[in-house]
Amino acid sequence: MAAIEAEGLRKVFGNVVALDGVSFSVEEGEIFGLLGPNGAGKTTTINILTTLIRPTSGSAKVWGYDVRTETSKVRSVIGLVPQDLTVDDELTGIENLKLMASLYHVPKDVAERRIEEVLELVDLKEAARRRVETYSGGMRKRLELAAALIHRPKVLFLDEPTLGLDVQTRAHIWDYIKRLVREEHLTVLMTTHYMDEADANCDRIAVIDRGRIMAIGSPRELKAAHGSDVIELEVQGNGVNVQSLVKEVRGVLDFRIEGNRATLRVERGEEVLPELMGRMIGRGVTVKRIEMRRPTLDEVFIALTGRSIREEQGSWEEVFRQSLNIRRVRA
Amino acid sequence: MIGEISAIMGRELRKWVRSPPLLLMALIQPLFWMGLYGKAFNLTGLFNVPEDVLRSLPPESTKVVASLFNQMASRFFGSPGTDYFSFVATGMVSVIVLFVSVFSGMSIAWDRRLGFLNKLLVAPIRRSSIVLGKVLAASVRALVQATMVLLMGLALGMRLSPASPLLVAGAVASIFLLAVSLSSLVIAITLRLRSWEYHMAVANLLNLPLMFTSTALYPQTLMPDWMKPLATLNPLTHTIELLRSALLYGNSVDLAAYQFHLAYLSAFALLAAGLGSYAANRFLSAER
Repeated sequence: MAAIEAEGLRKVFGNVVALDGVSFSVEEGEIFGLLGPNGAGKTTTINILTTLIRPTSGSAKVWGYDVRTETSKVRSVIGLVPQDLTVDDELTGIENLKLMASLYHVPKDVAERRIEEVLELVDLKEAARRRVETYSGGMRKRLELAAALIHRPKVLFLDEPTLGLDVQTRAHIWDYIKRLVREEHLTVLMTTHYMDEADANCDRIAVIDRGRIMAIGSPRELKAAHGSDVIELEVQGNGVNVQSLVKEVRGVLDFRIEGNRATLRVERGEEVLPELMGRMIGRGVTVKRIEMRRPTLDEVFIALTGRSIREEQGSWEEVFRQSLNIRRVRA
Repeated sequence: MIGEISAIMGRELRKWVRSPPLLLMALIQPLFWMGLYGKAFNLTGLFNVPEDVLRSLPPESTKVVASLFNQMASRFFGSPGTDYFSFVATGMVSVIVLFVSVFSGMSIAWDRRLGFLNKLLVAPIRRSSIVLGKVLAASVRALVQATMVLLMGLALGMRLSPASPLLVAGAVASIFLLAVSLSSLVIAITLRLRSWEYHMAVANLLNLPLMFTSTALYPQTLMPDWMKPLATLNPLTHTIELLRSALLYGNSVDLAAYQFHLAYLSAFALLAAGLGSYAANRFLSAER
């Protein structure tokens, strides 16, 4: 059974088409990423799958339950870590967790043990009795993770789990997420617009743009299908025609030469690179510097959409929330 | 269901207890109404005949005039001994409930804005539990605030003449019922409002009309005819009258009227809470 199955999801807000026929499925135990710019439809997808909003058309099942007709069953098997920091500032860590436990009907004695467990998982035992307003951004996010796990969900939804956190904290949060997935046997659907995070942490990725899924696959597959290796050289020609030399090498897709610098887009760089070096040295070209870059998801994204991940001006509300989040994170 | 409601109520109350400035600020307005208006606007003073006037009257008419004025005072203010300050103070004990209740929808707007509402909405709980939890929290707040206003009134010279403890208990219940009624209605109205500016507008829209069509400041018998039925419909009136019966009128309390007020408030609260729950199940969502 697939943990999540979405079939032709469409969502229209007024005259804005937020989702335009989104289909994908997530296997049990997978970390599945929705990657796309702001406004691409990532959060709308999560909101539909978590029963917060109803699709205009199309259907989806989470853990076998229909998100339109079996809302309370869906709700009891999922955990949501929303984009915003929603743990309550004025309550302590434990109070926040107790609140979530009662909202999920976890019996009191079970809840007490479970709260200990999740606090342990996210390393918040010491701070648990302090009010959340004294927490750092990373600690809040960890508490948020703990709160989403209190009822032992099967599927965890993470909406931009590292938004607004500094680089170090981001890496840290990812360690925790991976630990949770391992120890709690979770299936994770997450959204992000950080390419590097999606690349490093997701089993599979769906690239989403303007409400449509452009490609689905593992980061490696996507990069192989939509990206290419880039080789950059700095050479001294010594009278040799570098241009015709490069043309002879198999696997070079295209290239650009400016003065003594050459940039090549190639297939299977690991094979092209030695051949290129051999030919150049054989003909007497001096290679001063050489560098090969593997494709990034950025390139995949550009190849798929023709654009770089763009920052879109959010609504007033979104801007307000984000600044609020950032303020909380910095506090 | 009860666990859900009490969890949400508990959260609201914890947050409230931890911000005392809010609590104190909410007391300022009733303090002005009571301390300044209630003291300066001595309506019952009109029915006190000054000594020198009384002395200058022919002795045979003194008694007649005195009894006439006593009759008028008890017709307008419930009992001949009631002073206007105590009259207004009981009114203000109820008006603070109004002031607290009209802002009860605000917390949903904030939860929505901060994203907490989504967390409540993805939990496997009834939407009505969210609203009922908030209504009950607002009602407990209102009860505490009303008690504080009553203490303020006593400190400023309110004169109590309580009837039986049972009637006083009923009056306390009436404060709670009023809070449930008003906050359920307000939440039902403001359920989908997204910004706090709208909530302010709704609060202001409700505050003064409800206060002035109640008997908080002047008796129903003195109102123009078109306003009297409004006062009767207004749940505020019934709480105010219950409070006055239980706290001011001593033995001259009208039991039948007392029971009617209590029944009206119970029915009103039940209906309003039902409406609030229905609105929640039907309209409370993350959709915009």
